[in-house]
Amino acid sequence: MLIKFFIKPRKGVLDPQGRAVAENLRSLGFSTVKDVKVGKYIEVYVQETDREKAKQMAVEMAKKSLVNEIIEDYEFEIVEEQG
Amino acid sequence: MKFGIAVYPGSNCDYDTYRVIRDVLKEDVELVDYRTQKLEGFDCMILPGGFSFGDYLRPGTLAAHTPLTEAVKEFADRGGLVVGICNGFQILTEAHLLPGALMPNEHGKFVCKHQYLRVENSDTPFTNQCEEGQVLKIPIAHHDGNYFVDEETLRKMEDNGQIILRYCDEYGNITEGANPNGSVSNIAGVSNERKNVFGLMPHPERASENILGSEDGLYILQSILESY
Repeated sequence: MLIKFFIKPRKGVLDPQGRAVAENLRSLGFSTVKDVKVGKYIEVYVQETDREKAKQMAVEMAKKSLVNEIIEDYEFEIVEEQG
Repeated sequence: MKFGIAVYPGSNCDYDTYRVIRDVLKEDVELVDYRTQKLEGFDCMILPGGFSFGDYLRPGTLAAHTPLTEAVKEFADRGGLVVGICNGFQILTEAHLLPGALMPNEHGKFVCKHQYLRVENSDTPFTNQCEEGQVLKIPIAHHDGNYFVDEETLRKMEDNGQIILRYCDEYGNITEGANPNGSVSNIAGVSNERKNVFGLMPHPERASENILGSEDGLYILQSILESY
């Protein structure tokens, strides 16, 4: 199984990277850019066939290390590994 | 008094801190490897500055989950004194030994300069040699020093005297202009509820000898000796 984590700064928490990227995009002519959030994408490959177990593992991984919930929000999805 | 200095891969203020304890304070001190599982015979553990584990994932995260940090947690539970300087502060928040989190600086830049700090609580093992409201000049050097904590926790910390240092101007005024990184409420250093764990972004070890432009870091280090 592959667990895909999508992590981004929490709503209301300042994101200096996002702000800088937004300014850059506007300066490139993308004048309709309203806001940018820069986060992280993490792939975790696990030897697990039970989806429910993988889900529990994902929540625990996020809580213990991958995400700091004081300043970050996250989502994850679980997919079967391809070949 | 015996100090331990944590050494993680990527710590880079470990020897500076070691030297100040050994040569300036003239106290017993030992470097402690991050794989160490048990801490015995120490009175104070210092987690030094640097970029432990390359700041991978988030600053301090990977170091927070090492055998040594687990041992530091037990040490703190037994009442041992723990100080986290800069990256050490980040490690202590990631290990949940201190509340809040340290985010990238608001302006997005690394900041390295002498900084004025106001002592907000002098009734701690780390500030007992200071007067309340005293202004200290101690350097900062960080990219992720923007302290964040939710309002409710902040209020509790204030009521409990856990805000130890705030960024200020040279006269002790807490102003937006004196805030070098965007920290909530100009916070530069905090303690846990029990007041035996202290984290701060400024580097007292870089301000402990006259030749380096300030000796104000000694107020903090000598407070620790005094509390012993």
